[in-house]
Amino acid sequence: MERLRYTLAVLVDNEAGVLSQVSRLFARKGYNIESLAVGTTDDPAVSRMTIEVLAEAEPQIRLLVNQLSKLFPVHTVKLLDQAHSVRRELLLVKVAAETPEARNEIIQLANVFRANIIDVTPEALTIAVIGEEGKNDALMNLIELHGIKELARTGVIALERGAATIDEDTKVRDEFDYGKNVR
Amino acid sequence: MRLTGARIVMECLLEQGVDTVFGYPGGTILNVYDALYDYRDKIRHYRTAHEQGAAHAADGYARSTGKVGVCLATSGPGSTNLVTGIATAMMDSSPVVFITCNVGESLIGKDSFQEVDITGITMPITKCNYLVHQADELADVIREAFAIARSGRPGPVLIDILKNATAEEADYERLPLEEQHRHGRLAQLLGRASHDMTAPEPDLADIDRLVELIKASEKPLIICGGGVVRGRAHEELATFAELVDAPVAITIMGAGGFNGRNPLTTGMIGMHGSMASNQAVDSCDLLIALGTRFSDRVALDPATFAAQAKIVQVDIDRSEINKNVQTDHHIVGDVRRVLQLLNERVQRKYNFAWKNYVFSFPTETKYSLAGDALTPKQISDAVARIAPWDSIVATDVGQHQMWVTQHFHYDYPGQLLTSGGFGSMGFGLGAAIGAKVSHPEKTVLHITGDGSFRMNCNELATVAYYDLPITTIIFDNRTLGMVRQWQTLIYDERYSETDIAKEPDYVKLAEAYGLSGKRVSNVRDFEEALKEALASGHGYVIDCAIDKDEKVRPMVQGGDPITQFILN
Repeated sequence: MERLRYTLAVLVDNEAGVLSQVSRLFARKGYNIESLAVGTTDDPAVSRMTIEVLAEAEPQIRLLVNQLSKLFPVHTVKLLDQAHSVRRELLLVKVAAETPEARNEIIQLANVFRANIIDVTPEALTIAVIGEEGKNDALMNLIELHGIKELARTGVIALERGAATIDEDTKVRDEFDYGKNVR
Repeated sequence: MRLTGARIVMECLLEQGVDTVFGYPGGTILNVYDALYDYRDKIRHYRTAHEQGAAHAADGYARSTGKVGVCLATSGPGSTNLVTGIATAMMDSSPVVFITCNVGESLIGKDSFQEVDITGITMPITKCNYLVHQADELADVIREAFAIARSGRPGPVLIDILKNATAEEADYERLPLEEQHRHGRLAQLLGRASHDMTAPEPDLADIDRLVELIKASEKPLIICGGGVVRGRAHEELATFAELVDAPVAITIMGAGGFNGRNPLTTGMIGMHGSMASNQAVDSCDLLIALGTRFSDRVALDPATFAAQAKIVQVDIDRSEINKNVQTDHHIVGDVRRVLQLLNERVQRKYNFAWKNYVFSFPTETKYSLAGDALTPKQISDAVARIAPWDSIVATDVGQHQMWVTQHFHYDYPGQLLTSGGFGSMGFGLGAAIGAKVSHPEKTVLHITGDGSFRMNCNELATVAYYDLPITTIIFDNRTLGMVRQWQTLIYDERYSETDIAKEPDYVKLAEAYGLSGKRVSNVRDFEEALKEALASGHGYVIDCAIDKDEKVRPMVQGGDPITQFILN
């Protein structure tokens, strides 16, 4: 079956072992995590994970969400729709630039992509760029011609567009309708 | 008041109403056992021969009583010996709290003697697990652990306590059970509806939709799954089945959820299901599945399973909905509550034509009784004749497990203790011990095969030590019967490593443990031995010689459509 790319925003207890519990669930249900970013939230007891995964379309992805919701350290799982969310990734790349011409060309490329040069040596440049994977991939493809020496990506983080927040999915007991929540 | 961590563990067990625990002492859990010594009047501890036996005993205790089972073990091998028992409880949704101790804080992470990351190992086979570093966390964690084990879809929880946390003192305040949800971790967890500890109240619109579906249906079928047993919804189901006038097929985990003598039952469903059950699944126009996950032993081929029916799934665990079989409608909630609501709304129906059709197929397999040799059917019939009707039956895994599920009628939840999901050979004797200590007034039978019995027969030591009148009946065919059956039918009779030519003498083995035993090879001797065993008031082993080519019938191969019998 064809697998599509899904983005899950997950609020979890900020405790030791939670990451392995979440990642292990993907492994034992047969999913490979494409990208994973974790950080604290405004509540120090809660961390937010953004997980990108290739999965079959509904209802399969819904099963994964339900399994994830069942883990006790998990507060909320929100399936973020690519069209209705803003998504960003930070990419750091060290590029070979041994001649002034190469350096100039790379700097120009970086400017086009609104990337920053954050480290310079006579042999190499390090570029930082923030964007969606598509933009970052495009920059990488161009820079590859100069020779990528080293690369690091944070993985995507994402928020829903508009005023809605994940907290609305953090089910308040009175409002939560179990019967209807299963699609 | 100030108490040591070990004493806090004891006090917390008392808070939960625990009076029976199973376990095995060892180095790191010494403090807990030392505290137990002072609480021995209030908490009875059963020491098994092996931690696996203790785990199965706690599980059997939980399944037969409906209460939370408790099992203690030490670090390292003590805790890893529990693993099969924990997975068994997980797969069959049995509420057990496992308490293990680990090495002290100063030794953690140093590959110390008997150190193991048991919370890591058991992560996928527990509902939830904890590593407790300090005594002051203990009470809070234990209260949450019990609440999680028993709530919603029940399951095992493991608490690993560092040895120093059992020795150091902390403040402890007794908290009655009904107050606990207002305090500490549990209050926080309950604040989040994602982990509602009470069962979700079924959606009334969903209920009404099912009422409509029932009204429109001419050929309804009910599947009684393990959820009916765990939710103790047997009375509600009896009323419901009568109202809808629907045949009821029973999964192995559902045994006891619907009275096996009720004329509406079609018997077991699935790989070794009755012709009536499996044909009914194939022909029904409405399938109401209660507390079952449609495992591969029931819905052998999900694509063709109940293909003509609207499938309705009722489960307390919403992550089970649509997991294995795509359903047309579902209700998330406690099956007992769902059935109560349905019973208030459903109008009495009569489906004579449909029932006539379904019950034109046999609900039980006809095995031949001919000849003088002992057959599984004869053993089962004799047990049914001689043992009290409400005897608790604990089984191991394999042919004997299927035979006793097919041949016995289970009348109440917790009467059959069997490892249906995980299929753990060696489960039965431990489970029988757990059932016997909680039901001293009832007859407890441990029915096993020679292959399974060899796995954990060391628990005969426990049977003897506590003088538990458990009767072990071995279906002894000198082979691993179920595997051999597959080899006969599917592997061209290539009997790779299944025959057991030289068996131990099980009578002598029983005697070595201080128990009695008898080997029998015909019905009359078996009946005599069984009467003697039940009258003896002590542990007893009956070794029944049966033919190695006896098969479990009918049989559908895994992955095949449910009516495609390769044996009938």
